[in-house]
Amino acid sequence: MKRFWCLFFMFWPIAAFVLCWIAPDMNWWYPSNGPTGMIAASPLGKKIDSLFYMILYITTATFIGTQVALGYVLFKGAAATDEGNTSKAWYSHGSHNLEVIWTVVPACVLLFIALYQMDVWAEYRVKTSFPQETKRGAIAEVTARQFEWRIRYPGLDKDGQPLPLMPKPQPTDLYTVNDLHAPVGTPVMIILQSGVVQHSFFLPELRIKQDAVPGLDIPVWFEADKSGNYTLLCAELCGWGHYKMKARMVAEPEDQYLEFLRNLSKSQNYDGVPDAATEVAAGE
Amino acid sequence: MSTVNPAIETSPDHGHADDHGHGHEHHGSFISTYVFSTDHKMIGKQFLITTLLCLFAGGALALGVRWQLAFRWEAMPFFGMLFKAEGGQISPEFYTMLVTMHATVMIFLVIIPILAGAFGNFLIPLMIGADDMAFPILNMLSYWFMWPAIFSFGASFFCAGYGSASGWTTYPLLSALPEAAPGSGHAQTFWLIGLTFIGFSSMMGSINYMTTIINMRAPGMTLFRMPLTIWSMLITAILQSFALPVLTAAGFMLVTDRMLGTCFFIPSGVVVNDTAPTVGGGQPLLWQHLFWFYSHPAVYIMLLPAMGMVSDMLACMSRKPIFGYKPMVYSMAAIAGLGFIVWGHHMFISGMNPALGMTFMVSTVMIALPSAVKVFNWIGTMWGGRLVFNTVMLNCIAFVSLFIVGGLSGIFMAAVPVDIYIHDTYFIVAHFHYVLFGATLFGCFGAIPFWFPKMYGRMMSERLGKIHFFLTFIGFNGTFFPMHLLGVSGMPRRYADPYQHEYLSHLLPMNKVMTCFAILMGFAQLILLFNFFYSRSFGKPSGRNPWNANGLEWTAPSPPGHGNFESVPICYRGPYEYSDPNHSEDFWLQTDRPAPKSGDTPPVIAGH
Repeated sequence: MKRFWCLFFMFWPIAAFVLCWIAPDMNWWYPSNGPTGMIAASPLGKKIDSLFYMILYITTATFIGTQVALGYVLFKGAAATDEGNTSKAWYSHGSHNLEVIWTVVPACVLLFIALYQMDVWAEYRVKTSFPQETKRGAIAEVTARQFEWRIRYPGLDKDGQPLPLMPKPQPTDLYTVNDLHAPVGTPVMIILQSGVVQHSFFLPELRIKQDAVPGLDIPVWFEADKSGNYTLLCAELCGWGHYKMKARMVAEPEDQYLEFLRNLSKSQNYDGVPDAATEVAAGE
Repeated sequence: MSTVNPAIETSPDHGHADDHGHGHEHHGSFISTYVFSTDHKMIGKQFLITTLLCLFAGGALALGVRWQLAFRWEAMPFFGMLFKAEGGQISPEFYTMLVTMHATVMIFLVIIPILAGAFGNFLIPLMIGADDMAFPILNMLSYWFMWPAIFSFGASFFCAGYGSASGWTTYPLLSALPEAAPGSGHAQTFWLIGLTFIGFSSMMGSINYMTTIINMRAPGMTLFRMPLTIWSMLITAILQSFALPVLTAAGFMLVTDRMLGTCFFIPSGVVVNDTAPTVGGGQPLLWQHLFWFYSHPAVYIMLLPAMGMVSDMLACMSRKPIFGYKPMVYSMAAIAGLGFIVWGHHMFISGMNPALGMTFMVSTVMIALPSAVKVFNWIGTMWGGRLVFNTVMLNCIAFVSLFIVGGLSGIFMAAVPVDIYIHDTYFIVAHFHYVLFGATLFGCFGAIPFWFPKMYGRMMSERLGKIHFFLTFIGFNGTFFPMHLLGVSGMPRRYADPYQHEYLSHLLPMNKVMTCFAILMGFAQLILLFNFFYSRSFGKPSGRNPWNANGLEWTAPSPPGHGNFESVPICYRGPYEYSDPNHSEDFWLQTDRPAPKSGDTPPVIAGH
């Protein structure tokens, strides 16, 4: 029976390892519905994924090493109580050298892991490291509410070009709900706000997440590699409808993005008189 | 030569602990013996049975969560009866309540009180050779302050929304504005009152543990002769008494925000469900800082005592001294010290100053180091031992094996950039269940049969214990390991219906399998409950030292009477002297007087 238990304790790490090994093929891995499949849809996302894989390799090696060591001491300890084996257990209070080794080596590995992460984090969150393109200002203000995303775009000027986004709402501003559009292939910044309770702006395919906190205006930048529709959802418990804050982020080429804003402007300023509509959009 | 002969069998006893009274005979009434008892052993048992029953309440809530994730919007057995009007479905607001109250019950009414309350109370005086706690009445109060907490959390279920539903972290504004969610009305107030009472209870326990351990050790029980269980309890008590006041203060602030409109956590101009705009001036992030300043050390409060107990059990069942006793102590102290400066890792994406993200990342990654040292030392303890594969040992091996996963998965979340993606997904759910269930609860499942003979003078059934372990271990891994994959798939936590999002819809079959494992694991706990109560009355009488262990508690009768020991135990050596080649037996009680060698001065009793 004791060897059964040794095998039992060896069985589950193997099962866990196999499960992780086949997971990408079984589609139990990164989201694969987006335009780029399982690969992250943004340059930052790719860096995050490579850091994830680096940690995964180090932890997998540690996992296998420790579980093998555990299995070895279990089988050895089981054999020690076999019939005829009467010798006492090894009387040892430890080993100073081993303690030093298994303190210093993991300490170096852990410190390396920590320091290696810094740049990507700075790129994502520290404002001075934001990409140059985001310095032009935010393309939209996203306000999370119970339970929807309200998006405020700046209006268009006479030439049909977007005005700068003002901190306070302007009469020319354009609004959508649950439909965030952004130019593809360039870093864009949004200002994230929350109306009432806390929410979290989560773009799983781009590996972007940022909490929306009432009272704070938080700049978030992202860059979609490929045109298409991406999932936008809430990742912080915000009430009973938390699960259904379903929205989309549409990444599209610059001209289509402008076209979208122009159409939005047209429909928003439509006063029921077909000809005047275009005038209003361009004139006011 | 031993001061106390361990072979003395005590007569089978059916619960009259006072029959064993030594020194001061104490025949109290039923009330003073079993209800308002000041005896640390009775209080420990009261805590243990209360927490085991709460474990079932928390487990039932968890099965509600799992049911919804596998069979969404389908009528649920048992729980469904509460919602006949809604066709027996779990509604989304009820789902968020289930998530919240499952965590609340498990953390505040099971894990914290079973470690510090049950085992801390029962073991500390016995293991250090004291006759009781330093403050017995305070000790009694620490148990009885749990009941207002249980009633408060319970009352929460009967308010609008059927319970608090803002998560166990109760982030404002969801929890601060009664109109923000169905469960944010009186249910949330009751929840906060319950939390305050639990805080009082823990604080009274901590003061007692520190005082008792520092002042009431038996002669010869120097700090470095203390079992690791006692070290862990001491460190936990210190951790708790420094961290807890912050949470209590924060809880009061949230209560006044809700009832008096103080707006500590509420910014101005917030309009919820068409109510008047808030006056404001507060900051929701303040709550997160205060809450996690307690609740991250609380993670170690929920883990360290189990680490200590497992160390003791592993050494005994391997018949070997603990490998690296002092590194074990130092690493626990390091975990506690670092535990105070890592709380920010819960807030990486909360919008706090990004520079804090970096500093908290370094401290968080480094806290993996003492944990790793402990794992290596546990494996070292088993290395070259003569392992006894009984229920106690199996649960302890499971503790080590599963804690490795919980520790390693923590590194992913400690790394800030990686955390951007996996934060608030099922990856974190997998991680903390591996630590809190895989490590702590399996440690407790080992500790219950290990110290059960000392509690009731009887052995628990080995066969039932092994069946319980087998089913729980399989059910646990089947339920929680796949959650890592759900997390990598980007499945957010606390979603009543994740599958309406296209990129998650294919995960439904996997969740169904996980729910089946969860049901298996849940019902397997009935075996533990049956084994516990059956063995309490009908188990095999155990004698004083059924495991041939070294600690002082094993020299006392089983169960010990009022005052614990027949005479003051004298401690001559550390607690882990197993298999000493210079000793005839493979264990050496801490109280065994060393054989005098020719030319020896008489042994010095205390003070070195």
